[in-house]
Amino acid sequence: MTTGTLAPPAGGLRTRALWISAAAALLAAALLAGLLVGAAGIGPGEVLLQAADWLPLVSADSGLTPVERNLLWELRLPRVLLAAVVGGLLAVAGAGYQGVFRNPLADPYLLGAAAGAGLTVTVVIVLVGGDAGSAAVPVAAFAGAVGGVLMAYALGATASRTGGGTATLVLAGVAVTSFLTAIQTFVQQLGVEELQRIYAWILGDVGGGWGELRLAAPYAALAAVVMLLHGRMLDVLSVGDDEAVSLGVRAARVRLAVLLAASLATAAAVAVSGLIAFVGIVVPHVVRRLAGGSYRIVLPLSLIGGGAFLVLADAVARTVLAPAELPIGVVTAFVGAPFFVFVLRVTRGTAT
Amino acid sequence: MTEVRARSLTVALDGREVLSGVDLDAPAGGWLAVIGPNGAGKSTLLRALAGLLPVEGRVLIDGEDAGALPPRRRARLVAYAPQTPALPPDMSVFDYALLGRTPYISYFGRESRHDREVTAGVLDRLDLTPLAARPLARLSGGERQRVVLARALAQQAPVLLLDEPTTALDLGHQQQVLELVDRLRRADGLTVIATLHDLNLAAQYADAMMLLSGGRAAASGAPAEVLTEHLISGHFGAEVKVEPGPDGSPQVHLVRGAR
Repeated sequence: MTTGTLAPPAGGLRTRALWISAAAALLAAALLAGLLVGAAGIGPGEVLLQAADWLPLVSADSGLTPVERNLLWELRLPRVLLAAVVGGLLAVAGAGYQGVFRNPLADPYLLGAAAGAGLTVTVVIVLVGGDAGSAAVPVAAFAGAVGGVLMAYALGATASRTGGGTATLVLAGVAVTSFLTAIQTFVQQLGVEELQRIYAWILGDVGGGWGELRLAAPYAALAAVVMLLHGRMLDVLSVGDDEAVSLGVRAARVRLAVLLAASLATAAAVAVSGLIAFVGIVVPHVVRRLAGGSYRIVLPLSLIGGGAFLVLADAVARTVLAPAELPIGVVTAFVGAPFFVFVLRVTRGTAT
Repeated sequence: MTEVRARSLTVALDGREVLSGVDLDAPAGGWLAVIGPNGAGKSTLLRALAGLLPVEGRVLIDGEDAGALPPRRRARLVAYAPQTPALPPDMSVFDYALLGRTPYISYFGRESRHDREVTAGVLDRLDLTPLAARPLARLSGGERQRVVLARALAQQAPVLLLDEPTTALDLGHQQQVLELVDRLRRADGLTVIATLHDLNLAAQYADAMMLLSGGRAAASGAPAEVLTEHLISGHFGAEVKVEPGPDGSPQVHLVRGAR
C-alpha cells in the first residue's frame, strides 16, 4: 500500500473525542445550572459547595440548613438528573429511528409509542383514578409504549409480504397511532373531570424523584449501550439495504436490534416523564449539522446533547413563571424551534 | 482468480418468476457482460448472484455453494455495485469507501489501521485521493461512479458485480470507467460480471456475453456469437446491422426503414 496518501485516519477519531468532550462539558454546565435555579432562593455558592460535598471523596461545608439540603437532594438533584436521562434517551432514540428508517422526520413516537402510552395512562387515570392510579402511571406508560410499538411492528410485518419494508412499517405506525389515539380520546371523554391530569401528563413533566430515576435506569442503560454499539452498523445501513447485505451485514437484524433499543429508550423516557415533544427530532439534527452525519458521532452526541437540552429546558420551565411551572413540553418546542431554525441557518452549507 | 457459475437459477419476486432456470458461467479473471432488453431480469440476475434475493438453484463461487456461505464470507468473495447506489449526501468519500471494509470488521468492531490503509490505497489508485474529504453530495457523475467502484474495490473481493456502471455518464466518462474496470481486472485478476445496456461497449470490453430475455438465458458465448442480427432483432425487436468495428469486436448499428 502506498504510504503518505492522505488518509484522514486518526483525524476522525480526534474530532469525535473533541466533540464528545465539548458535549460532556455542556451537559455538566447544564446540570449545575439546573441545580442552581429554583424557587427556594438558595444562593449559588451554597449549592455549588453542596454539590461538591455530594461527590465521592470530597467534603465541603455548604452551611445549608437540613431542610435546604433535603430540598436539594430530594427535589432538585433527582429532577435535573431525570431531565438529563429523559432528554438523552429521547434524542438517542430519535437518532436511532432516523437511521433505521433513513428518514430525517422520524421521531421516537413514530411507531405508536406515544399513542400507546397515552391510551394506557388515560385508562389508568380515568378508570382507576386516585393515588392507586398515580402510582400505576409509569408502569402503564411503559407497557403502553412498548405495546404500541409491537402493534405497529406486527401490523407492518403482516402487511409487507417481502418483510422488512420500512415504508410499510412507518404507515403501520401511523395507523396504530390514529387507532389508539381514537380510543384514548373516547376514554378521556368518559372522565372529563380528569382532563387536567391527563393533559399534565401528556405535556410532560420531569419532576419525579429518585424512584422514577431508579425505575428508568436499567432500561435506559441497556437501551443506550445497545444503541451506541450500533453506530457503525447504522452507517452501513445508510447506503441502503442491498449494499449493506452485499457487505455481509444482516440488515434486517440490525434494524430490529436498533428499533427495539430505541423503542425501549422511548418507553423508559415516556414512563417517567410523559410525552415531551421536539427533543427526539431536533437534537439529532442539530448534532448532525454541527458534527457530521456519521452515526458513530450522532448517537453519542445526541445522548449527551439531548440530556443537556432537556435540563436547560426544565430550568427555563421552572423560572419564567416562578413559582409556577410551565409544562416542559411547551418549553422544548418554544425554545427548541427558534434554536433549530438558527442552526439550520448558520449551517446552510451542509446538505442534510 | 475465482470463477462464478450458476445452475438453473430461478427467482420469483412477489410470486412472479423473474428468472427461470438460468445457467451462467463466468470464467475466472474474465469479463462477462449480461445484455438483454428492458425487464429481461438483468439486475435481478446480478442481485441473485450477490446473494440479495432468495433463489432456487445454485450459485457456485469457485465450486462452493454461495447460498451456504455465511454473509460476511460471501461478502469477501463478491462485491456488488447497484445501478443507483444510495449515497448519503454528507458522508465523505473516504468514509464511504471505508464501508467496503465491513466484511472484515466484527459486528461491534471498528476499522483497523490496515482497513484505513487499504482504503487509502484504493482511493489513490482511482485518483480519488484529492477528494477523500469531500462529501458525496458534491461529486460529479463520473466521480460518483469511481467512488462507488472504490467502495467495491476496498472490499478486496475477487468477483465484481456491476449493475449498469455507465448509466448517466457521458461518452468520455463511460469509456474512462470501463477502461478503469478493465485495468483493475487485469491487474488484480478480478472476475467481472456487468450488466450493460450499450451493446457496443459490452462487445468492446467483455470476453464473454450472455443474452437474457424474458428471464431466460437466450444465448451465451463470445460477443460475436451473441451479437448476431438474428438474435438482436428477435429479442430486442430492433432492426440492426452488425459489423466488425475498428478493434474487431462486433458493433451493432440501428437501421431505419427496412420494414
